[in-house]
Amino acid sequence: MSGPLKFRVKHLYKTLLHLGKDYPKGYEFFRSRLHASFLRHKDVKNPEEVEALIAKGEYVVKELEALYMLRKYRTLKKRYYDS
Amino acid sequence: MSGLRVIVGCKRVIDYAVKIRVKPDKTGVITDGVKHSMNPFDEIAVEEAVRMKEKKLASEVIAVSCGPTQCQETLRTAMAMGADKSIHVEVDAATYENLQPLHVAKILAKVAQEEKADIVFTGKQAIDDDCNQTGQMVAAILDWPQATFASKVEKVDGGLTVTREIDGGLETIKVKVPAVLTADLRLNEPRYATLPNIMKAKKKPMAKKKPADYGVDVGPRQSVLKVEDPPVRQAGSKLDSVESLVAKLKDAGLVPS
Repeated sequence: MSGPLKFRVKHLYKTLLHLGKDYPKGYEFFRSRLHASFLRHKDVKNPEEVEALIAKGEYVVKELEALYMLRKYRTLKKRYYDS
Repeated sequence: MSGLRVIVGCKRVIDYAVKIRVKPDKTGVITDGVKHSMNPFDEIAVEEAVRMKEKKLASEVIAVSCGPTQCQETLRTAMAMGADKSIHVEVDAATYENLQPLHVAKILAKVAQEEKADIVFTGKQAIDDDCNQTGQMVAAILDWPQATFASKVEKVDGGLTVTREIDGGLETIKVKVPAVLTADLRLNEPRYATLPNIMKAKKKPMAKKKPADYGVDVGPRQSVLKVEDPPVRQAGSKLDSVESLVAKLKDAGLVPS
């Protein structure tokens, strides 16, 4: 894999790892799944395929941020406001 | 006016998703090894202040936290979200057990004066003690107007228009600046602090102070007698007819027979 792509993949991995710290099922659960999924694609060489996988990873980042935001909002709303 | 200077109070609390456990000796809750994070309402205040800066309404956002060394993590999160600098007012762990909103309000008031702040922004209440007092006390000490439970803040000529969430619905008020604001849940959705921003935040200035620097005595004004779990909810019972319900109510003396 070429330089800039490798950098972006590593950056994606680090971002997801950081996000995993708040995962409801626990950091260890998240980390092992994350590691396994990146390992599954370790032999992908085609730059286009790599780009597609990176895009998928970035989508997961957005999904996680949305999950955390909604979870927090809903918990606080339930705790502090009559419905 | 050129850019408001905003102080944001951030409290480090036990993370909202953690199940709270009372210590066996009933003197408090277990905090050792428990995940902590910034009070969610304070996150909302930080987000609002940063958005004001992005809209060029605010010129500087300063995050402040009172407590032990770990509070610096909370301040770094605030700076990762966009605060320009932070102030850590160090209070040792033992004193922190009895630190109350009045102490914090006195400190925040002094910080606001020293930093020539235009706005003091905090969350409406902390999710651990649920006091809902700090913002109001700061306003009283500084003799500033207060707009609490803010769900919308707009800059207008002569001050701010704030929509407040109150029991009956929404109330819109106008306050002159300088003012104290407290953030309610629907004010905004805070951004998640990304890794690159957390790295950048390490380079932002963090001043380390003590309550004595502000002439505030943080000695305890109260002592905790007992901390207990809430009582276990009694199971209800299902009745099959109106007659049996009325009979049960009469038995319990709740309805005259």
